[in-house]
Amino acid sequence: MTATSVPSQSAGTVTEPAKRPYGLLRHSFALAGRSLIKVRRTPEGLAHAVLIPVIFLVMFVYLFGGAVSGNTKNYLQFIFPAALVMTVIISGIMITGVSLNADIRTGVFERFRSLPIGRSAPLIGSVLGDLIRYVISLVTVFAFGYLLGFRVETGFLQALAAGALTVFFGFCLSWGYVLAGVVSRDAAGVQGIVTLTMFPLAFGTNMVAPTDTLPGWLQAWVKINPASHAMEACRGLLLGGPVAGPVMRTLLWSVGLLAFFMPLAVRAYRRRT
Amino acid sequence: MRYGFQAEALVKRFGTNTALNGVDFAARPGTVLSVLGPNGAGKTTAVRILATLLRPDSGTAMVGGVDVVRQPARVRRLIGIAGQDTSVDEDLTGTENLVLIGRLLDLRKAEATARATELLERFELTEAAGRRVGTYSGGMRRRLDLAASMIGRPSVIFLDEPTTGLDPAKREEVWRMIRTMAGDGTTVLLTTQYLEEADTLSDDIVVLGQGKVIANGSPDELKQIVGGQAIQVRVADLAQASEAAAILGSVAGHVPDQIGPGVLTVPVVGDSAFTEVVRQLAAANIAVTELSLRLPSLDEVFFTLTGRHTAEPEREQEVAA
Repeated sequence: MTATSVPSQSAGTVTEPAKRPYGLLRHSFALAGRSLIKVRRTPEGLAHAVLIPVIFLVMFVYLFGGAVSGNTKNYLQFIFPAALVMTVIISGIMITGVSLNADIRTGVFERFRSLPIGRSAPLIGSVLGDLIRYVISLVTVFAFGYLLGFRVETGFLQALAAGALTVFFGFCLSWGYVLAGVVSRDAAGVQGIVTLTMFPLAFGTNMVAPTDTLPGWLQAWVKINPASHAMEACRGLLLGGPVAGPVMRTLLWSVGLLAFFMPLAVRAYRRRT
Repeated sequence: MRYGFQAEALVKRFGTNTALNGVDFAARPGTVLSVLGPNGAGKTTAVRILATLLRPDSGTAMVGGVDVVRQPARVRRLIGIAGQDTSVDEDLTGTENLVLIGRLLDLRKAEATARATELLERFELTEAAGRRVGTYSGGMRRRLDLAASMIGRPSVIFLDEPTTGLDPAKREEVWRMIRTMAGDGTTVLLTTQYLEEADTLSDDIVVLGQGKVIANGSPDELKQIVGGQAIQVRVADLAQASEAAAILGSVAGHVPDQIGPGVLTVPVVGDSAFTEVVRQLAAANIAVTELSLRLPSLDEVFFTLTGRHTAEPEREQEVAA
């Protein structure tokens, strides 16, 4: 049952409020505003999403840096672009699905469903709100990287492009977890999916070590894993090296994920009502 | 005739459980219709169907002449809803909640803010407007929920057990607010487990039990069927119970029921019965620890209408949320 186009019937005695155009967009933004207020009031979720990549960064750089790259400084340069991608993966995965699942089960969503808004507006609003969160996480992790000694070797615009690409990748990927959040019975169910997928996605990559040092079967996965392409693209944009290929593959993957998961998530959400 | 809302032969099953088994009711525009029934009677299911949140298996439901299954989007522009679980966001302030709903109802920012301020004042929440709803008391949340249902000036409002879980003082408060809502010419569907609530607020009452309408009519008609008011007496000295029973019996014209040790209840007709009982008890020097004139409880209504108590169909759980 779609709520978008409505044939007009013979005029009734009831007065209906006038419709304004671009409803889905305006409603989604209004709902994204709601998500942001919630982030501001309960910043713990955001803190987790920032702290975990920071901890991994410190851990990898100082634990393995010497062994892998000879010194920690070179290793930080190597690992940092990938850590940015990991940041959005963790932000997107950990928070989007779980918080959406909790949110959907509240009476607030019941009210949203009784309002004359697009069925997908609450989902889009939630994901749009997450975008701002990615930006905050990225900026924080970036600042921390600089503190540790990471330096962009290209230029400001390239760095900006790396940030934008990462956020877009996170946005598209998060729809998979929107789907998980909508179909799971409870937060524990989402948590399970998150744990199962986070490690292969975030770590089954060329983040911590170059691909050619890995065993064959892992190389095969790393070459498929969309996160690897995003990390490679970020390396290219931040440190120099090949850019066009990895960026294109990242964009293709992102659009693919979005095109696959978004309709499924919206449909599952409609069906849940 | 056009109804504010109407349900015709509504049927809804959840698995093997039949929540609604052919339910009909209708409310004239601008009136309050109460759907009275115990847990599991199908009240919430009926409201959710009318509010486009659930599709009936068969039958039709219309709001303002618009079919809820065929044109849910149009129906959503006509209705307001306040639920059992209050549907306001705990992390947002009262104002933020109402402004958000205003924006979702296509009000412009300034309009949404003005409407929020107006409703917060009307529901006596102005002082709490800037506080997070998480800090509100139960009664305040219910009031905010009612305010939220009115943002879009709906022509039909659904209130699903708006006072369940509130203490009597808070209940009176919410009743007062519901009366002002109905005074605006809005058609109200109210579900409740309390005959007293249905009696004080509604123009018409539908009694629902196990997914079927078992009685309907005006509050007065219904009270006539179920025996109107009842006097309940608890004697201080159990030895005087039979003497008290005789007095109650002679005034009411029925033999009173003994519902506990020294507790007697008897249905009465007419306004003078209560004072007469008081006078005769005093004359006979019978001390009482409780003496009340009350409407029958839902259970008594049920027992009178169906010969069953409300607690019997336990297995039938209403599908909330």
